[in-house]
Amino acid sequence: MIRVKFLAFAAAVSTLASCSSSWGWYVVNPSTTSGLNNLKFLVGGLYYTIALSLTAIAISITVGLVIALPGLASHRALRNINRLYVELVRAVPILVLILWVYYGMPQMTGLSITVFWAGVIALALSDSAFEAEIFRAGIQSIDKGQYEAAHSISLGYVDTMRFVILPQAVRRILPALGNQLVYMLKMSSLVSVIGMQELTRKANELVVTEYRPLEIYTILVLEYLVLILAVSAGVRWLEKRMQSDQSK
Amino acid sequence: MRQPPTEPIIEISDVNKFFEEFQALANVSLEIYLGERTVICGPSGSGKSTLIRCINGLEHHDSGTIKVDGEYLTRSNASLRSVRSKAGMVFQQFNLFPHLTVLDNLTLGPMRSRGFSKREAQDLAMLYLERVRIPEQSSKFPRQLSGGQQQRVAIARSLCMEPKIMLFDEPTSALDPEMISEVLDVIIELADSGMTMICVTHEMGFARKVADTMVFMDFGEIVESSPPERFFENPNSERCRDFLQKILHH
Ligand SMILES: Nc1ncnc2c1ncn2[C@@H]1O[C@H](COP(=O)(O)OP(=O)(O)OP(=O)(O)O)[C@@H](O)[C@H]1O
Ligand SMILES: [Mg+2]
Repeated sequence: MIRVKFLAFAAAVSTLASCSSSWGWYVVNPSTTSGLNNLKFLVGGLYYTIALSLTAIAISITVGLVIALPGLASHRALRNINRLYVELVRAVPILVLILWVYYGMPQMTGLSITVFWAGVIALALSDSAFEAEIFRAGIQSIDKGQYEAAHSISLGYVDTMRFVILPQAVRRILPALGNQLVYMLKMSSLVSVIGMQELTRKANELVVTEYRPLEIYTILVLEYLVLILAVSAGVRWLEKRMQSDQSK
Repeated sequence: MRQPPTEPIIEISDVNKFFEEFQALANVSLEIYLGERTVICGPSGSGKSTLIRCINGLEHHDSGTIKVDGEYLTRSNASLRSVRSKAGMVFQQFNLFPHLTVLDNLTLGPMRSRGFSKREAQDLAMLYLERVRIPEQSSKFPRQLSGGQQQRVAIARSLCMEPKIMLFDEPTSALDPEMISEVLDVIIELADSGMTMICVTHEMGFARKVADTMVFMDFGEIVESSPPERFFENPNSERCRDFLQKILHH
């Protein structure tokens, strides 16, 4: 499946490249020194894109879970805390949040923040509202009998969640969590506006010096494509593994 | 029956339970002694499940008292955990943990709430899997087993908590007919070993065989409570007689 998509894309690109005279692939031609350096420069953003996205998703999943739990409580006040968080956070555009965290928050707290952590906080915060909704739906989809069985063997709330409910819920929401990771990888490009040296920023900088936006942004598109196809494959592999867990 | 008992192991007095406006239990009182086997029957919606679920705190009663093994049941976590470790529960729908193997289903309770090591818990689990006659299925997942096997695993899972009392809520109602007897045989064996048990069921042949006391419920009330001989031959109430007629002659 992935290979087919990739081939189709490559074919489309090469067709475009061959039927138009405006392409100038020399900027990223790996057989020339400057081309190779440009390519290395572009791919060099991969580290921060991945580091930013993985750190942010790890935090947002944790925060999302913590926010999801009061959303399942029988107390209305607790459920309201969950609603308030989700509604507020979901209402702020990611780009606005990035600017606010990087430029605004240091004024409020008096503490300076690195570009990396500003990006992580903004991305994680924004994503956590969606993770919270995903977890809430996943946990709610587990049969009431599972709680009762756990209670009947004297498990408390924490053990019931940890050993009985969450393992089943996570299996069910795995595809949705995978989607969020894809989304996160794409949104991390916005952190380029505050100077994070990730893929998009690198491409922007190179465009300024080389004046070849078409080729450089095409490479950028390919970089994201490869990353995201790899994530999809990883999630699918994980899903399969978890299924065979239950049936071998 | 049993030796003259000193104090009931379960003492239910004047329990009422409402779901919103609907009264599911009405002034229910019942005493059960150590080793006693009680079978509860009654029409659908009469409150049988609600009653046994109240005994281990899966439902909270609104008034009256429930005392299990000398302790009053309250809504506190400590009270709930304590009563649940004394009264095991087997459900109509088995409710096995689908993501865990049979062995892991059985060891979870002992390891997390009884402080057993993994090794001890596994030994205990194998012991009870042998009691329910499926030790060879220990590494399978629940959905790879037949309904009868799943329910026997569920019984073993409860037994691994080594409870003083076993509660069964229609343990054979979700089973195909040919699997009912393998589950009932396990329950009968358990009864013969002296386990105190309360079983909601409409399997009257089984009830005759194991029950010390038959309880008939209707509209949230205990209408009749008597030894099986009298219960089946000469029930006091009209309602009970009607009910028995219906289920025995169909
Ligand atoms: N969670 C609930 N919310 C509202 N009503 C409930 C709830 N649980 C049970 N009831 C109602 O309480 C009454 C008694 O239910 P219960 O499950 O105890 O009956 P039962 O005797 O076990 O019936 P069955 O033979 O069908 O299992 C029923 O009328 C049922 O609709
Ligand atoms: Mg019932």
